[in-house]
Amino acid sequence: MTLAPERSAISPTAPHVTQAQHVAAEQHRLNTRLSLEGGAERTHPPKKSGRPNPMGHLTNEQIEAIGRELDAIRAEVMASRGARDAAYIRRVIRVQRGLEIGSRAVLLFSKNKYAWLAGTAGLSLAKILENMEIGHNVLHGQWDWMRDPKIHSTSWDWDMASPAKQWQHSHNELHHTYTNVLGRDNDLGYGLLRVDEDQPWELFHLGQPIWHLINAMFFEYGIAAYDLELRGNLQNWDELSEEEKAVFKANLHEMLGKIRKQAMKDYVLHPLVSGPSFLPTLLANFTANTVRNIWSNTVIICGHFPDGIDTFETDSIEGETRGEWYLRQMLGSGNISGSKFTHIMTGNLSHQIEHHLFPDMPSNRYSEISPRIKALMERNDLHYVTGPVLKQAYQVYRKVCRLALPNEEPGRSRWSVVRGELGKVVKGKGGARTKRHLPSTADA
Amino acid sequence: MTAGLAEGVWKLASAIATPVLPDDYLDMFAPLRAGAELRGRITAIHRETADAATIVITPGRSWAGHVPGQYVRIGIDVNGVRQWRAYSLTSLAGAPDGTIAITPKAIPDGVVSNHLVHNARPGTLVMLDQAIGDFTLPTPTPDKILFITGGSGITPVMGMLRNLPSAGADIVLLHSAPRAEDVVFAAELAERDRSGQIDLRVRHTDTDGMLDLADLDREVPDWRERQAWVCGPTGLLDAAELHWAANDLTDALHVERFRPTIIEPGEGGEITLLGSKLTIDADGATPILDAAEDAGVLMKSGCRMGICFGCVVTMRQGAVRDLRTGEITTAEPGDELPIQTCINAVAGSCDLEV
Ligand SMILES: Cc1cc2nc3c(=O)[nH]c(=O)nc-3n(C[C@H](O)[C@H](O)[C@H](O)COP(=O)(O)OP(=O)(O)OC[C@H]3O[C@@H](n4cnc5c(N)ncnc54)[C@H](O)[C@@H]3O)c2cc1C
Ligand code: FES
Repeated sequence: MTLAPERSAISPTAPHVTQAQHVAAEQHRLNTRLSLEGGAERTHPPKKSGRPNPMGHLTNEQIEAIGRELDAIRAEVMASRGARDAAYIRRVIRVQRGLEIGSRAVLLFSKNKYAWLAGTAGLSLAKILENMEIGHNVLHGQWDWMRDPKIHSTSWDWDMASPAKQWQHSHNELHHTYTNVLGRDNDLGYGLLRVDEDQPWELFHLGQPIWHLINAMFFEYGIAAYDLELRGNLQNWDELSEEEKAVFKANLHEMLGKIRKQAMKDYVLHPLVSGPSFLPTLLANFTANTVRNIWSNTVIICGHFPDGIDTFETDSIEGETRGEWYLRQMLGSGNISGSKFTHIMTGNLSHQIEHHLFPDMPSNRYSEISPRIKALMERNDLHYVTGPVLKQAYQVYRKVCRLALPNEEPGRSRWSVVRGELGKVVKGKGGARTKRHLPSTADA
Repeated sequence: MTAGLAEGVWKLASAIATPVLPDDYLDMFAPLRAGAELRGRITAIHRETADAATIVITPGRSWAGHVPGQYVRIGIDVNGVRQWRAYSLTSLAGAPDGTIAITPKAIPDGVVSNHLVHNARPGTLVMLDQAIGDFTLPTPTPDKILFITGGSGITPVMGMLRNLPSAGADIVLLHSAPRAEDVVFAAELAERDRSGQIDLRVRHTDTDGMLDLADLDREVPDWRERQAWVCGPTGLLDAAELHWAANDLTDALHVERFRPTIIEPGEGGEITLLGSKLTIDADGATPILDAAEDAGVLMKSGCRMGICFGCVVTMRQGAVRDLRTGEITTAEPGDELPIQTCINAVAGSCDLEV
């Protein structure tokens, strides 16, 4: 489907782009990703680390054909959405609310050991359902087609530190558009971890086997800080314009308000209402939040960081067509295998590949299309990454440990690169924040 | 004291329910309670003709009542999608059991009318707005009344007749329907004719042809002395307005239109931005987002390819076409439909809240 003449690629409204600049930049350009055809004949140079370009073996015609096939699958499923799907999401919401209110009621008596265990388990489950199968997916607009103003991406808010609107910007607009593009997709390690050989190494990464665990425990605050681009904004504070500073401050203010409300509920009011069970209730709520944090972190890292998933060079997406965008989504995501229960508890992010192809498709439909996506990928010699959750999470942790050290450089071991950098800090040259840019094996 | 206590408890409940509302929990158990969003539950369905049925609804406690002749907008989920339509109230105002009723007639390809007539089941929850409309009788009731109705246009008039005393005003009712078996409320109308409440003349247009208003002088010689209420197909209403105007009697005529605007999807057209009061001409291949930006308007956007929902704005009326699938979305006046501007092009015209 060609919608308009080929025009050059554009970038979305990022917070650091003023509206006026944005409008000026957008004029007379149309997103190339709206079109399947017209991609420039591409060369596929290897990446800086020397690894090959993951879509190098496909011709433009093959990529267009893949795009057409995926468009057809999408059209078929979207046309068949109906009462059955609407009943599904309403049932999940009802079950979640019942579980949440029931568990909180049981926790009023959590001085009793069994009440504590049952209430904590129930609340953990409720919070996981709320964040994953409901919140994440509603905020993606997967249920907007029902035209129910209560279950809608523009009105929903979730049980998370991050206000829905801010998360939608960093997640839906940036991560889903620029999935796994080095330097464009901050989800690649959340600005905290180095998860790809092609990401530059800093001394800071030495501690990442630990940062990773802390991030998992307090994941909702990690996401909040990430949505604010906290680290980048603070580091470059002096370079920000007044307008950017104002945006940041407004976002920060909104986020602190949300965090205060969330903390009030779980750590003050609910425990107070429990009276003599104050402390057990507080502990139960903390446990439930932590269980939810660790679980959602585990699911999410399995989506993009396990072995066999690819990343893409920044300039490789200039003028990218929809077919190429689809390809990048398939190669840049990985699934989790498991039972129906596992899929629901992951918010169907266990079907990460399907979700990244069609982020606005109702989540209950991913499992039904997954055999077709898998077949399509195998037919085109593309690796459909999947595995049980523990195996995938283990692979990620192994990678986090391995990439805590820089890549090997010609004639130098990884440790000697680290010693060199440490030495610079000690001597006061450079400093801990110096980025170690990757030596290109191609030059070596 | 108790009011203060109740307020305190409510505040506490809100703080514990955040980020949702205590209402969201109460809706699970008591969707019709006072203070809830206005809903209703279908309690009975009576078939009237092969393609019309009366739907009896118990409205929520916040229902404020209606004046006979008014209509209610109802929002019902058809195949998972919420659809809003207007229906005239046909029931007794202030009925002892608290119910209200509407009488939809299924039209070919009609999404909501067919669902209500053929598929809806008692027990279903629907969304409601308060009753509105000025197609009503004044008080005191005029001495001489002329009703002219066609097809489902009988509904608001039936609503009035059921609420009028059995004798009093001099009422003539000219009703048209294709065939005898298509007349909604046929038995009840005949009974009201027999009892003397109305002087009923039914016309079967399949055999007798359409009512020609030029014949009014013969059918109802004193029509000029009567206040007239007319409801039916667009052609009848247009003709009535011309006829009464030609006789300098515009003030005596009241009409109710079931199709106030007709939205015919086209290729490209005018995009009206209600906030900035700007109208933009766009072709059928350009996303609304691009058309508006080209006109210098600040629009919210994200991925620009339909996946992030960062560009959603509310369409108040009009039609747009999804450039990926060709699917048309239309909004009637009164609707508030969120649409993605990055993958929709205007199809005819559209009014957006920007
Ligand atoms: C104030 C008011 C009161 C109304 N009261 C009644 C009532 O008491 N009983 C009743 O049956 N209807 C009534 N209607 C009409 C009703 O709101 C719907 O328009 C009608 O039921 C068709 O809806 P649908 O979803 O079935 O058709 P849609 O799926 O919306 O439309 C299907 C096709 O029919 C055409 N169409 C839409 N509406 C009409 C119409 N009214 N007449 C002819 N063609 C149409 C459309 O252009 C489309 O081509 C009233 C409308 C208004 C504005
Ligand atoms: S800009 Fe992302 S859906 Fe429209």
